[in-house]
Amino acid sequence: MTTHYLVLSALLFAIGAVGVLVRRNAIVIFMCVELMLNACNLAFVTFARQHGNLDGQLIAFFVMVVAAAEVVVGLAIIVTIFRTRRSASVDDANLLKY
Amino acid sequence: MNGIQPPTIEYGQLSPLLLVFGAAIVGVLIEALAPRYLRKSLQMPVTLLGLVGAFALVLTVVMQGVPTKAAAEGAIAVDGPALFIWGVILVLAVISVLLINDDNEFVASAAAVPGTPEEEDAIAAGGAHTEIYPLALFAIGGMMLFASANDLLIMFVALEVMSLPLYLLCGLARRRRLLSQEASVKYFLLGAFSSAFFLYGMALVYGFAGTVSLAGISDALGAVGGQNTLLLIGAGMLGVGLLFKIGAAPFQAWKPDVYQGAPTPITALMASGTLVAAFGAVLRVFWVALGNLDWDWRPVMWGVAILTMVAGAVLAITQTDIKRMLAYSSIAHAGFLLTGVIATGAEAQNALSLKGILFYLVAYGITTVGAFAVVTMVRDAGGEAGHLSRWAGLGKRSPALAGVFAFFLLAFAGIPLTSGFFGKYAVFAAAVAGGAVPLVIVGVVSSAVAAFFYVRVIVLMFFSEPAPDGPTIAVPSVGTAGVVAIAAAATVVLGIYPEPVLRLAEDAASTLFIR
Repeated sequence: MTTHYLVLSALLFAIGAVGVLVRRNAIVIFMCVELMLNACNLAFVTFARQHGNLDGQLIAFFVMVVAAAEVVVGLAIIVTIFRTRRSASVDDANLLKY
Repeated sequence: MNGIQPPTIEYGQLSPLLLVFGAAIVGVLIEALAPRYLRKSLQMPVTLLGLVGAFALVLTVVMQGVPTKAAAEGAIAVDGPALFIWGVILVLAVISVLLINDDNEFVASAAAVPGTPEEEDAIAAGGAHTEIYPLALFAIGGMMLFASANDLLIMFVALEVMSLPLYLLCGLARRRRLLSQEASVKYFLLGAFSSAFFLYGMALVYGFAGTVSLAGISDALGAVGGQNTLLLIGAGMLGVGLLFKIGAAPFQAWKPDVYQGAPTPITALMASGTLVAAFGAVLRVFWVALGNLDWDWRPVMWGVAILTMVAGAVLAITQTDIKRMLAYSSIAHAGFLLTGVIATGAEAQNALSLKGILFYLVAYGITTVGAFAVVTMVRDAGGEAGHLSRWAGLGKRSPALAGVFAFFLLAFAGIPLTSGFFGKYAVFAAAVAGGAVPLVIVGVVSSAVAAFFYVRVIVLMFFSEPAPDGPTIAVPSVGTAGVVAIAAAATVVLGIYPEPVLRLAEDAASTLFIR
């Protein structure tokens, strides 16, 4: 029964990972990363149910806090570069190469 | 109340960590409460006292005898290697903070858009952000926790505590702010992406073992013999997250960009401290938790190590920017260190490899901070003179500085009588003993390739004519001069008389990791 949740979690993770790779807007990329973290949370609570222990549920709370902290830092960085360049596209930020 | 046991926390063993985080929180309070003109004069002593005090506490823990049981209900392992790595990180942190204490490197107001009147006002008002001190302290505390985590959850939290402040610090360069902000965005997006992989790997390993403690995973492995899809995919994804942090190929792409764009003192802290901490975590995951799975991860690691050494050395040749070149050199060094990670076997072999890695980390870390300190001193009108052509003839203009830099480069190349030689020797000798001879051959060949581009810079500095409008050598602040002197002295001493540090590394390695 819990297998369905694992499949869903793997699908969400894959959608997030593909989104990071193909999308060009830094905010959208960042949302895709958050989707990946939430896919992890789903996997954690499902495995916690399967194993019958609470570790996984506990970890999910930690992951939420970490994700919130990451939003704070990430949006600060993205907003800063948007104000400088008037664009949040990761293709425009191309000064550092080779 | 029956059945609920309060956890026992070994505050004594954890005191170095607690002191660093405590100092970081005091730093935050100073930012909130102290008037602007006082902040810098308060932050600097708090930061330095926190770090030096933590180093003293590490020594106290060592004096009281290295613990044989993991602290905090098995979540944090304060064992020999962890204490050694803590000491190394703290030493590197203290000398990096001396570099960070230079207003000339950090932005006056990160919120002011480059090229606007607000930015001019902020620069005219003088000073720089003092938030860099607590941010650096949080990053340093995260590094220490990362290297001693005995539990994947703690390791993940430590990874983020270490990385989040570094993402911010990367974007705070005073000059070339577009580059700096770009480095910050790239580091953040790629770092968050890789930590999501780490987390999913952790979820799968939890699904396999029913626990995230490293010892528990190791026990569960013993029960099934390791041929389990969940476990193999999970271990691979954990590896992606960790190898990203050490900058091993094929996850090395962020390193040159971030090292070039970040303020140079922060690059120094990242290149030394993060690498040390990440190797601590790599060793713990692959030796303690997945030690019984070595038949499965070793072939992959072989490929990664070879790719990392070759990519680092070959790509460095084509670089024209000094910080980018040092970044590729750092990738190559990560590859050399990986040869030691691969060379596992019986307990004596593990201790030998661990000793080599620990010594290499000390030698490489200190030389790196010194090299980046020199980079901060060679300046153009627009800030640091990054382009290699600007370094031409530096040896005629400023022989002492060019000489010290040449010496650091020779240490990176691993020339005898420098610390780099003994570092490489210790790791490669352990790898040969562990049966990884082809890997060592690749390592030696890439060292030779790497020596080419180090020597090219030395030739450029000493045997070409200086350009008439060449860069000026900034008169170093006391801190910067001190960093260069300490790093040069350490590189010489470890190159001529490595005995004491080698013995210390051997003692730390002899107990191996506790579970």
